[in-house]
Amino acid sequence: MDNIAIVGIAQTKYERRKKDKTYLDLVYEMTTAALDDAGLTINDIDSVVTVSNDFLDGRTISGMAVGDAAGAYDKNISTVEGDGTFGAFYGAMRVLGGAGTTLVVAHSKGSEGDIKTVTNAMFDPIYQRHLGIEGITSSAIQANAYMHKYGITEEELAAVSVKNHANAMNNPHAQLPLDLTLGDVMDSEMISDPLKKLDCSPVSDGAAAIIIADEEQAKKAKKPPVWIKGFAHCADEYLLGDRDLADPRALREAAEKAFAMAGIDEPMGGIDVVELYDAFSYMEPLWLEGMGFCAPGKGAQLLLDGITAMDGTLPVNPSGGVLSAHAVLVAGLARIVEVVEQLRGTAGARQVKGAKTGLAHGINGPCGQSHCVWILSKEMRG
Amino acid sequence: MAQRVAIVGTGQTDHKSHRPDVSQREMIHEAVTRALKDCELSIKDIDAIIIGNMDHFESINYVDTWSVEGSGGVMKPIIKISTGGTTGASLAIGAYYYVASGMFDKVLAIGWEKNSESDTTSAIVTCSDPVWDRFSYSGAIPSLASEASAYMEQYGATQEDAARVAVRDRKNAMNNPHAHLRRPMSLEDVMNSPMLAYPIKLGDVCPRSDGACAVVLAADGVAQKITPKPAWFIASSVRHTYTWFGDSTNYNEGLVSLQRASSEAYERVGIKNPSEELDVAELYLPYTYAGLKYIEALGFCGPGEGARFVGDGHTEMDGKIPVNPSGGVISTNCIGATALLRVAEAAIQIMGKGDKRQVPDANLALATGFGGCFWSDVVILSGDRP
Repeated sequence: MDNIAIVGIAQTKYERRKKDKTYLDLVYEMTTAALDDAGLTINDIDSVVTVSNDFLDGRTISGMAVGDAAGAYDKNISTVEGDGTFGAFYGAMRVLGGAGTTLVVAHSKGSEGDIKTVTNAMFDPIYQRHLGIEGITSSAIQANAYMHKYGITEEELAAVSVKNHANAMNNPHAQLPLDLTLGDVMDSEMISDPLKKLDCSPVSDGAAAIIIADEEQAKKAKKPPVWIKGFAHCADEYLLGDRDLADPRALREAAEKAFAMAGIDEPMGGIDVVELYDAFSYMEPLWLEGMGFCAPGKGAQLLLDGITAMDGTLPVNPSGGVLSAHAVLVAGLARIVEVVEQLRGTAGARQVKGAKTGLAHGINGPCGQSHCVWILSKEMRG
Repeated sequence: MAQRVAIVGTGQTDHKSHRPDVSQREMIHEAVTRALKDCELSIKDIDAIIIGNMDHFESINYVDTWSVEGSGGVMKPIIKISTGGTTGASLAIGAYYYVASGMFDKVLAIGWEKNSESDTTSAIVTCSDPVWDRFSYSGAIPSLASEASAYMEQYGATQEDAARVAVRDRKNAMNNPHAHLRRPMSLEDVMNSPMLAYPIKLGDVCPRSDGACAVVLAADGVAQKITPKPAWFIASSVRHTYTWFGDSTNYNEGLVSLQRASSEAYERVGIKNPSEELDVAELYLPYTYAGLKYIEALGFCGPGEGARFVGDGHTEMDGKIPVNPSGGVISTNCIGATALLRVAEAAIQIMGKGDKRQVPDANLALATGFGGCFWSDVVILSGDRP
C-alpha cells in the first residue's frame, strides 16, 4: 500500500439536540473546519465521500441533501451508508486508487427521529422486526451472552461507564461528561436487562469530517500528517442466532489484517491509544478481546488492572468514547478524529503522553456484525 | 500508483415486474451466482463486496450487513453505497477504487431492487427538500416532464420524435433474454398510451422492475488469468452537481452534469468524436426524451440535433453508435441495479458475450448513470489494456 495520511479533521460538540442547526449546516461547518485544519480550500479537494442514512435523515437519497454543504458541486462524489469508519475506508480507497485528495464527512441528528424505529429496521422484516427488537434489546442479548460465557458481572461492565464518562470530562466535544460511581451506574434505570441507562450511549446530534491525501500532498499539509499504517473491515453472519455473540470473529479478522499491514506483531505493545465503538459498556471489553489485546473473556480484567485507564499502558477511549456521545454514523469517524488529535499531540486535557500509534474502530449492523479497524501512526509505512 | 482494473464477469437476474418466487436476498444471490459462474470463480475468491439499493424502497436499514446471506459477504469486507438512480454506477466506481487501491484483487459490485415490494413513488418524493422542493417535484415524473417540455419548446422536437426512442429500446429488448418488457412497441402504441404528465406517456417512461445485477472487477495481472477478454475500466467521471431541483432547472443548458462528466471521461481516454470512436453505448435513459437530449450532452450530435440523429437511425443496432442493445432502462428498471446493468451490458459487449444483442467487434463502450438531482456518472470500458 502507498503511504496516505489524514491531513485535516473536524468534529462538532455532540449534544442531545442541536435545535439551531439543520444537518446541512453541520455538514457545511465540518467541511469548512476540516479544510481550515488542513490549510486547504475546497478547490484542493478532488473527491468527496458523504456518509448518511436514509432512515436517520428521513429522506430518500439522503446523500443528495448534503452534496452542496460538502462542497461537492462539480466534484467526484459518492455516499456510503454506514458508520463513518467505513465511509472513510472508501475515501482512502479513492485516494489510493488515484481520485486525489478526498474529504469524508458524516452527520446525524438523532434528535430528529426515533432511533428505536431506525434500528428496528435493521432486523428481518418478516420474522423478527415485529418482536420489537432494536439496537438496545439486541445488544442486551449480546451482553448476556458475553457475561454468561465468561462469568463477567454487571459491576465489571459498569466500571467501563464510570471510566469513560470520567474521561469525557477532559473532552470539550463530549455530550456526557459525568463524575459517576459504580453505584450510580448500577442504580440507574434498567433499560433492557442487563443494560442499565448508564451502560447505554445517549442519542446525539453531531458531525465530523476528515481529509485524506496521498504522500505528496500530505507532506505539504499545514499540520503534521497522521499516516494510515493498516486498516481493514469485515462482516459476520446476519442472524443473531447464527453468531456466537460473545465471539467477535469479524473484528478479529479485521484487526489481524490491520495489524499485519501495520507490521505490528503484538497489539498490546504496538498501540499507544485506542478509540473504540463502545455503544454500550460491555462492548469495550468485548471489542478489546476481538482486537487481540487480551485473551477471550479477559477484557474486563484489563480495566480492573488499570491498563485501559488514562494512566495505564493502553488508554482506551480518552475522549469518553461512544458512551459519552453517540451521533450514529459520525461516532466511528469521531474515533478516527480523536486518534488523530492524540497522535498530533493536540488532544488537550485528554492527551495520552507520547502517543505514536493509535487504533480507531467502528461498527455496522446489529451487535457489531461488521467492524472496521484503523491503525494510525505519526510515522509513515516503512 | 493506481492499479489497472477490468471487469471479468457479470450476472443479472431475469427481470420482471414481480418476482414472488424469490426473497430479496435470494434475488441478490441469483445475480451473484450468475456473475461468479460467468467468470468461473467461487465466492471464496472474492476479496470485498460493494452493495447498493434505495433504503426506503424495501425499508431495510443497513443493507450491507442484512444482505450477507445473499451477497456472500460473511467474513468479508462489505460496504453499502447509495446515490439514488446513479447507485449502480456508483457501485461500479466504488468497486473500481477498491481494486485500483491495490488492496483488493477481486471485488464484487451488487445492485438490486425489489420494486414490487415497495411503494416507489412514496419513497422517491422524500428525496427533495421537505420545505422548498417537495411541493413542486413530487416524484420522478414531474421534473422529467418539465425537462421534456422545455426541450420540445427549445428545439421544436415532437412527441413522435421521443416515441422513436421507446420503439428502438423495446425492439432491442427482444434480443435480451433478461429484459423485463420484452414486447415490441410501435410508434402508434407509444403515442396512444395513457398520458402521465404532459408530454410523458406510459410508453415513454421506464417500468419498475424486480431484479439484481452483479459485476466482478479484478486487478491487472489477475483479470487476464480469469478471462481471455477482460473489459478494462479506462475512465469514470462523476457529476452529482445539484442538491436542489430549483438549481437544476435551467433545462435550456442541456444536461450539464452529463456534458461535464462525459467531456472529462473523453479527455482522459482521448476521444474527440464520440459517435465515431465509441462502438456502443448503454445509456441510463429513464424516459424517451432523454434519448434525444442526453445524446446531445454526450456529444453524439449537436444541440437540438438529437431527434434527427435518432430518426436517421444512427443509434440503431446497425447504426453509427448503437445505443442500448440491451433494451435499456425503458425495458428494465430495478433502480439500484439499473446503472450497474448499463456498466455490465457495456462489459458484455466488450467481452463479446452479447449473443443476439452483440454489436460486432465492440471494443470501446460507454455506460452512463442518471439519477438524484439531474446527476450523471460516466464509465468507459475498453477491450485494450490501458
